[in-house]
Amino acid sequence: MKRQILPLLALTFALALTACGGQAPQAAATTAPAAADTAAPAAPADTAAPATEAPAAPAATAAPAPSTSDAAQPAAGGRLQTIISRGNLICGVNTGLPGFMNVDSAGAYTGFDVDFCKAIAAAIFDDPSKVEYRPLSSQDRFTAVQTGEVDVLIRNSTFTLSRDGSLGLDWAPTTFYDGQGMMVRKDSGINTLEDMDGATVCVQTGTTTELNLADQFKARGLTFTPVVFDSNDPTVAAYDAGQCDGFTTDKSGLVSSLSKLTNPADHKILDVTMSKEPLGPSTLSGDAQFSDAVRWIVYATFQAEEYGITSANIGDFTSSELPEIQRFLGLADNKLGDGIGLPNDFAVRVIKGVGNYAEIYDRNLGPETPFDLPRGLNAQYTNGGLLYSPPFR
Amino acid sequence: MAVATPPQQHARIPFYRDTRIIAIILQVVFTLVVVGGIWFLYTNMIEGLRKANLLPSLSFLSQPTGFAISESVIPYSTESSYGQAFLVGIINTLRIAITGVILATLLGTVVGIFRMSSNWLLRNLATTYVEIVRNIPLLLQLIFWFLLTKEFPRVQDSINLGGLLYLHNRGVTMAWPREGDDFSSWVPWLWVGLAAGIIFYIVRRVQFARRDRPGVAAPQAFLISGGVVLLGLVVVRLTGGQWPLFLEIPQLNRFNFVGGSTITPSFAALLIGLVVYTATYISEIVRSGIQAVSRGQREAARALGLTNGQALRLVIFPQALRIMIPPLTSQYLNLTKNSSLAVVIAYPDLFYVGNTINNQTGQAVPVILMLMLSYLSLSLITSLMMNWYNKKIQLVER
Repeated sequence: MKRQILPLLALTFALALTACGGQAPQAAATTAPAAADTAAPAAPADTAAPATEAPAAPAATAAPAPSTSDAAQPAAGGRLQTIISRGNLICGVNTGLPGFMNVDSAGAYTGFDVDFCKAIAAAIFDDPSKVEYRPLSSQDRFTAVQTGEVDVLIRNSTFTLSRDGSLGLDWAPTTFYDGQGMMVRKDSGINTLEDMDGATVCVQTGTTTELNLADQFKARGLTFTPVVFDSNDPTVAAYDAGQCDGFTTDKSGLVSSLSKLTNPADHKILDVTMSKEPLGPSTLSGDAQFSDAVRWIVYATFQAEEYGITSANIGDFTSSELPEIQRFLGLADNKLGDGIGLPNDFAVRVIKGVGNYAEIYDRNLGPETPFDLPRGLNAQYTNGGLLYSPPFR
Repeated sequence: MAVATPPQQHARIPFYRDTRIIAIILQVVFTLVVVGGIWFLYTNMIEGLRKANLLPSLSFLSQPTGFAISESVIPYSTESSYGQAFLVGIINTLRIAITGVILATLLGTVVGIFRMSSNWLLRNLATTYVEIVRNIPLLLQLIFWFLLTKEFPRVQDSINLGGLLYLHNRGVTMAWPREGDDFSSWVPWLWVGLAAGIIFYIVRRVQFARRDRPGVAAPQAFLISGGVVLLGLVVVRLTGGQWPLFLEIPQLNRFNFVGGSTITPSFAALLIGLVVYTATYISEIVRSGIQAVSRGQREAARALGLTNGQALRLVIFPQALRIMIPPLTSQYLNLTKNSSLAVVIAYPDLFYVGNTINNQTGQAVPVILMLMLSYLSLSLITSLMMNWYNKKIQLVER
């Protein structure tokens, strides 16, 4: 009997140790950077460690681009530093929306949203391929940002007040100005929303479209039955099978979903815009530095188009004498990147990696693609659109 | 001197070798570890939520939702509150759970009996069904049934069964009784019928108890209730000139059927999926229950001149029931919990509505807790009811 107590005591002791031991690895981590910062780019301290002294900062500056290695100062413990020490960006994307997010037969991710993931990776690592994609349903997407599972969400998500406020997200500038539309069968005789009284409508859950749909029908005094799925593919499939009379989502989404229907020629998109849908990247609220970084990476693509800088001709600009261009590209002694924790040449990296806004747009949605979406509101402000980057100075 | 030494001192042992004290210490340490762990997780979570400006609060429950729900038994519109939406979810889950449990029990019992049939075809059909269905994941089966609903014709070319029932890819539409203008004058008859049935049942029960004899009262009670209600129907028709209930025939308007009652493809697919899947487990429970009743019981029943069916119904089954109830309870719980897979086939059950609320409000912690509490309550209520029934049918020894 008495002998059995000893192992029990040992077990208790072990349990006590495991309970207290949580601090041990952190203590070790704070001492590590000194040895590590001369090594690989992925060197800095364990970001979980509440390192107050910022011993990790030098490690980050030792990172990629040797040309401008004296800049980035990611705040210790911030998201940007987590990304740098992890060695890749985790980007939340759609589960499949042609033109915006698509996985090709070789397993490579392409699309408008995907290119903005690549732009952020290019700015941070000078390598647009350092992205880990997390396909998310419309229901899971915000939880994934809230829990920190993804660094940034670029999944054709609409910027609204409640999402900015009560969902705990920060929004980068709108990358795509969209509006909600309605797709119907040509033989249904529907020409306006008013013709749809009593119709069944397919829609995705957890979206602004779901809410706008209810608002718009109510405003017109119409009734409808929603059929609600949690991702795009089943929604389109149900509409295609005729389980719904209409299918509603952002107009860009409608255009890209057309290609998935059995007989695209039998369908049409109504000439009505039910709402404003500004789509853009979002990050978790409360990390101002990373939010700023994402914001200015997006602006850099706008600004590059305005200056006419493309991935093809950027070589001509790196020797520019114009102060404006020098500031934008981080040439001479301009240190604009410092303030947002990015290398000073981040705009160069973005343009080399994915190109300017026009290149991104044309590659995924432009005239060469099956979608051939006109730029519309997504043109530069100089061409009557809404793209307007604040000055890089 | 030697006499003065108290004998207890020999028996006293250090506290770290005293099993009673060790036991107490261990329990205290264990409690501290558990409480500390929970405390750590809780403070960590709150800290993270505070950073993101997402502190839990229940204030969203009274705000309007703004989203529509495809089917609801209780009144619901986009102006209803999140609390009301949650209630819609609970009722939709109850709807699928109750119909599912009833149908799965019926199907499972029949299949279980078939599995022991002397008929080669029946026996092997039942075995094949059980072995195929219970070895395929439920989620896959639900998606299969839901895809199948797409193969039905579009609403405009529905399969018409006598003008009363229409099959199409938006569900099954059927004629359904509706309240007429004179419905209110029929309502008292319903109450009188109910009261008459209950009074008759109690009176008969008391009589049986007085005579200390077994007897059946429920069927007659139902007959009496039904008789009163039907009589009321005729009386109202004769005095008011209109039936209080009329059969509403569905009419196809531009997009959908209007009138009658429609079962949506989502509900149908979920119900069929859950019933077909759970019935395989129930059939095995039924089979094992029947086989556990000793062979002598059947032989004795046959010797008394009962037919095979009578022996099964009057002798074997009541005894088998006592063995079957506890495992049946867990299958009922499984069915209720599995209904949360509805989310993949667009049936707005509790989990689905909870997810939508979570998505629109960002209040993940309270919503998930509410979901967990709701499923827990449903399960505990089912367990309580089944345990009560279990106790009721146990052998009463006199």
